[in-house]
Amino acid sequence: MKRFILQRLGLAVITVFLVCVIVFFLTHILPGDVARQYLGRGATEDDLRDFRRLFDLDKPLLTQLFSWINDLIHFDLGQSMQYRGPVSELLGPAIGYSSKLAAVAFLIIVPLSIAGGVLAAVNRGKKIDRAITVGGLSAAVIPEFVWAIILVLLFGVTFEIFPVTAFPGKGDKTVLNQIWHLVLPSISLLLVLFGYIARITRAGVIEALDSDYMRTAVLKGLTRRKAVIKHVLRNALLPTIAVIASQVPYLIGGLIAVEIVFNYPGFGTILKGAVDARDYSVLQAGVVVSSLVIVSFQLIADILFAVLNPRIRQKISE
Amino acid sequence: MNDTTATTIANKSNLERKTIRRERVRLVLRDKTFLIGALILGIWLFITVFGNFLAPHAAGDQDFQFVSKSPSLKFPFGTDSNGRDVFSRVILGTRLIVVMAFSATVLGTVLGTSLGLATGYFKGKFDMIVMRLIEAVSAIPVLIIALLAIAALDGRSPTLTVIVIGFVFTPNIGRTVRAAVLGESELEYVAAARLRTERTRHILFREILPNVLPPIIVEFTVRLGYAIFAIATLSFLGAGVEYGSPNWGSQIAENWGNIYSNVWWPTAFPALAIASLAVSINLISDSLLEIFEL
Amino acid sequence: MSDAPALEFRDLEVAYTVRGIDREVLRKVSFSIAPGEAYGLVGESGCGKSTAAFAAMRYLPRNGKITSGSILFEGQDIVGMSTSDINTLRRSAISMVYQNPATALNPTIRIGDQVAEVFALQGLSKSDALAKVEQALIKVQIADPTKVMRRYAHQLSGGMAQRVVIAMALASNPRLLVMDEPTTGLDATVEAEVLDLVRKLRKESGTAVLFISHNLGVIRHMCDRVGVLYAGALVEQGATEDIFSNPSHPYTVGLLRCIPRGGLHKNTDRLDTIPGTPPALGTHFDGCVFADRCALVEDKCRTTQPEMVTVGQSHVARCFHTDKAGSMPRAIDTVSVSVSQNPNRATTGTRLLDIDHLSKAFTQDGHAVHVVNDVSLQVGVGETLGLVGESGAGKTTIAKLILGLYGSDSGSHVVLDGKDLAGTLNKRDIKDVGAMQIVFQNPDQALNRRHSVTRIVGRAVQKLRGLSADDSTDRAHELLSGMRVEATLHSARPVQLSGGLKQRVAISRAFAGAPQLVVCDEPTSALDVSVQATILNLLVDLQKQDGTSFIFISHDLGVVRYISDKIAVLYLGRVVEFGDSNRVFQGPHHPYTEALLSSVPNIDGSVRKRIPLTGVIPSPSNPPSGCVLHPRCPRMAGSGVEHLCTSVEPALTEVEPGHFMRCHIPLDQLRTVQTQ
Repeated sequence: MKRFILQRLGLAVITVFLVCVIVFFLTHILPGDVARQYLGRGATEDDLRDFRRLFDLDKPLLTQLFSWINDLIHFDLGQSMQYRGPVSELLGPAIGYSSKLAAVAFLIIVPLSIAGGVLAAVNRGKKIDRAITVGGLSAAVIPEFVWAIILVLLFGVTFEIFPVTAFPGKGDKTVLNQIWHLVLPSISLLLVLFGYIARITRAGVIEALDSDYMRTAVLKGLTRRKAVIKHVLRNALLPTIAVIASQVPYLIGGLIAVEIVFNYPGFGTILKGAVDARDYSVLQAGVVVSSLVIVSFQLIADILFAVLNPRIRQKISE
Repeated sequence: MNDTTATTIANKSNLERKTIRRERVRLVLRDKTFLIGALILGIWLFITVFGNFLAPHAAGDQDFQFVSKSPSLKFPFGTDSNGRDVFSRVILGTRLIVVMAFSATVLGTVLGTSLGLATGYFKGKFDMIVMRLIEAVSAIPVLIIALLAIAALDGRSPTLTVIVIGFVFTPNIGRTVRAAVLGESELEYVAAARLRTERTRHILFREILPNVLPPIIVEFTVRLGYAIFAIATLSFLGAGVEYGSPNWGSQIAENWGNIYSNVWWPTAFPALAIASLAVSINLISDSLLEIFEL
Repeated sequence: MSDAPALEFRDLEVAYTVRGIDREVLRKVSFSIAPGEAYGLVGESGCGKSTAAFAAMRYLPRNGKITSGSILFEGQDIVGMSTSDINTLRRSAISMVYQNPATALNPTIRIGDQVAEVFALQGLSKSDALAKVEQALIKVQIADPTKVMRRYAHQLSGGMAQRVVIAMALASNPRLLVMDEPTTGLDATVEAEVLDLVRKLRKESGTAVLFISHNLGVIRHMCDRVGVLYAGALVEQGATEDIFSNPSHPYTVGLLRCIPRGGLHKNTDRLDTIPGTPPALGTHFDGCVFADRCALVEDKCRTTQPEMVTVGQSHVARCFHTDKAGSMPRAIDTVSVSVSQNPNRATTGTRLLDIDHLSKAFTQDGHAVHVVNDVSLQVGVGETLGLVGESGAGKTTIAKLILGLYGSDSGSHVVLDGKDLAGTLNKRDIKDVGAMQIVFQNPDQALNRRHSVTRIVGRAVQKLRGLSADDSTDRAHELLSGMRVEATLHSARPVQLSGGLKQRVAISRAFAGAPQLVVCDEPTSALDVSVQATILNLLVDLQKQDGTSFIFISHDLGVVRYISDKIAVLYLGRVVEFGDSNRVFQGPHHPYTEALLSSVPNIDGSVRKRIPLTGVIPSPSNPPSGCVLHPRCPRMAGSGVEHLCTSVEPALTEVEPGHFMRCHIPLDQLRTVQTQ
């Protein structure tokens, strides 16, 4: 088991390293001069030279790459081009806010989607199944910002049930109130992710329902309900772990638009600001941090799946 | 006599199977999901082609007598804060997003299919290296990597956005195709082809490719929906297309601040346009999934 | 216990709804099983036998329904029974054992807990239930029950998993046990052990059994009475002896005739066939379901459904011609093939292929796994070499090595017609590639489902003969018609053909380049016996005509015996015995061959003394020391050479002219113990 975890960890490190290389490639090697793009067309040669020196852009590319990665290993995310301060000071609090939103969203999304998938599977072919699968995926193809705006329009502006911003601001800062502000943004994220998770859950449950061992259970004389609980769910929900982890990138991608609509000072808002200002150091750091989060979730899911699945557990321990 | 019996039976089953296929097609055509999807998509495609003749106003036409007017007979979708006709702008915005989404998906599918065929068939070191790269690209959210690339290339051109999205889709499609190819290449018809000294190119494109088309077609439609999603979001975030062009995402970006003062129409109609286009594609891919029984 | 039959079907009709249309699967099936009796239902694929089995449990697929008739368990109709009553029956009175035991067990629950569930359903506490599990596992002859209880399904061999399923089924002391192909897919020696076990347990418990199988030999050995199903209708029923000695329905007669029985050989006997193919699911019949394929068919057979006719004591058949059935004319496909392409062939018997020290190790998780070990064999022109052995013996790997689909390890030689061939396919020249071809087991996977029949065969002709596209197409049509694939089907896709026709297409493709040697890898195991015979006849015709040599791989010893001139018996990647077909079958045998032969249930009813092969087939990644068979060898104990068997791997030696064996026990000693 230890070997398995170390091996997975090694692969995760390789992945993150490759992400760094890809990001660096995108910003530095593709046509387009970072300094000129940041400073704009009006910049003089002197401005450009100073800027390049400040951000080490005059060094050989490989040196730049490795010193950047070296800094990252030492938790140094670099200097923001826009604010001329450490990127970590900018990203740190933002990531904190986004984590809150993501956590609330996750707590709503995961149980609801799994329940939806199970409900669809046990009612296979009936109206409720079609509603969940077709409805769920149709909702999933509508961008988060569209959902966010529709939700604000309906529940914020027209019916005034929920606040139109995600950030309580100066007002009541209790945990409950903070969560209350995060409900609408979370629902926008839920609508986009529900369909995928529910669909895969449904497929897993149906496979287990059609399995020979389910037949064995029923023919032993178990009631269908008991057979589903004891024999189907455990087998069916195992693959769902992987699917949930695979949705983390979409969740992070979705944060940008949702945070902007709900005026929430999170990771996505910072990233959008960096795009507008062409602040490459923030962008690069942001991409690496987000991939670190994604890879960690995948790692956890991999290990969890292996621990819960006797067949894989055995293969590993051999 | 034995032979004729055998043949009649074979013909009978032959006929029956043909009927099954016809039945299947008929089932799809009777499938409400498919019909609704096809109908909505058909309308959008019609608008894509004939939009210029349908729009009562040009995209940039401003009339400051009518600023932020709510929907009326004259302006069925109302006007925005610049006095432009929302109806015309929604119609004229169709072509860009449809053409962009379609081109990006075609590019991603072609690249992804080639990558999937190659990695799935050759396995070994090449496969390992490519899979690690795919893994790495998948560890970056699609939107973020697209934003980064567009920012790095300083691109607000639709062509650039199409290329970026095409490339970003490649790993996903590649992975799907690879999984299908891995399964197919184990099948014995591939061994049979090798046993008549077929070249690898023939085996990949003539033997294996036709058999992995169903998942590719489904993947194409799924990605097409997501391309709409991504392009709309990128243009909402101000990346990807020229600012101020009649583009649904940009229209929403320009106007959604006004929803708090109850001027909802310049935002709501483009939003509905995005939603209905994306959903129509999803309905179609959903029923395709059912036909191919994937 | 009541006097009512344990199970009775009364005019049972079952239909499946496929694409909105009801298709009949069982047509007015009536039979009854007395308490303690073993009743067999036999028939080919699609005849409805599994449906009958599941109907007895009142468990039908989602689209299946009982349209009329009744099922009585000890006189109680279970068709209209409430769900809770049927659950009570399943918990206490009726159990089932199915095909594929490995998937019948839950992969994430320990074996002990799964078996305990049955006891828990009877109201036992968890600890009492677990204690009972141990006894239940001992009862099915599991040697180390506490260890097995802690395992998961994937850690059990097929035979072990089936024992567990049987233990689970017997845990409730059922009065009726339904067994649906319980040994299909298991290796011959394992199958024999499981069948022995079932027979023994039945004797002890007196449980009535409904036994479903496609294998007539198994049915003959396991059942008191037999019903023959065809196209969902029961066409004949009677005591096992009567059915096998005096079959009275043309279908039963045909079925028994087309099986290659012991003693038949391709040189002297041609196999009977049943023309045509079984009807598609739910085909409607005005008259007899078998009329389309029957040799005795008359006009009234097509218009009137025959009633059950009594032909002997409790022996009935649904036919107008029960009196003539036994002596009906033999159905031999007399039209022989016409694809001769090798006019100047060498004389039969000349050496064609020499396999010399063939070895192959695959790397698995960093370890070398020796799948094929030092195999040396020869095939003569026009000869068939049969390869037999259980799973893991390396039969298919050997075939792929010979063809060059896998590269063999260094030191291996494949010599064709005196020419030492390169190890891998792409290094061989096109003539040598065309000279050796293969017919695979599963035509669904071997034929590209997107290509037409003409294209599949035509492309092979084009590449291997170097003909133009047009000429290839013409030649493909000729070839296909010669193999009796009708011209109307040449533009069809494989999916539109029946299994037998698909295999004919595959054979046409293999013969496209006028091969000298064709490997047939279980070419008939996916087919029904009635279709198998026509394929075997076709292969024999092709061999006679062109002098083509075959390497014929099969797990069915009857088929191998019929078609082979020489036989190689494989165990764990090694040849343990090799020689003339007659020699190998008549003995003295290698101990493994002996055990293998004794495990086959013959249809002629002759009871051979079973030589049991205990334990499981070892993994090739960790083979036993010495002779690889020694942990399971039935003849090692008392042979006096045990010390050799456990420490030194025997070499393949010529024990008598033309008869090779890999065994330390002297031939005479083997002969003595085997004739006792």
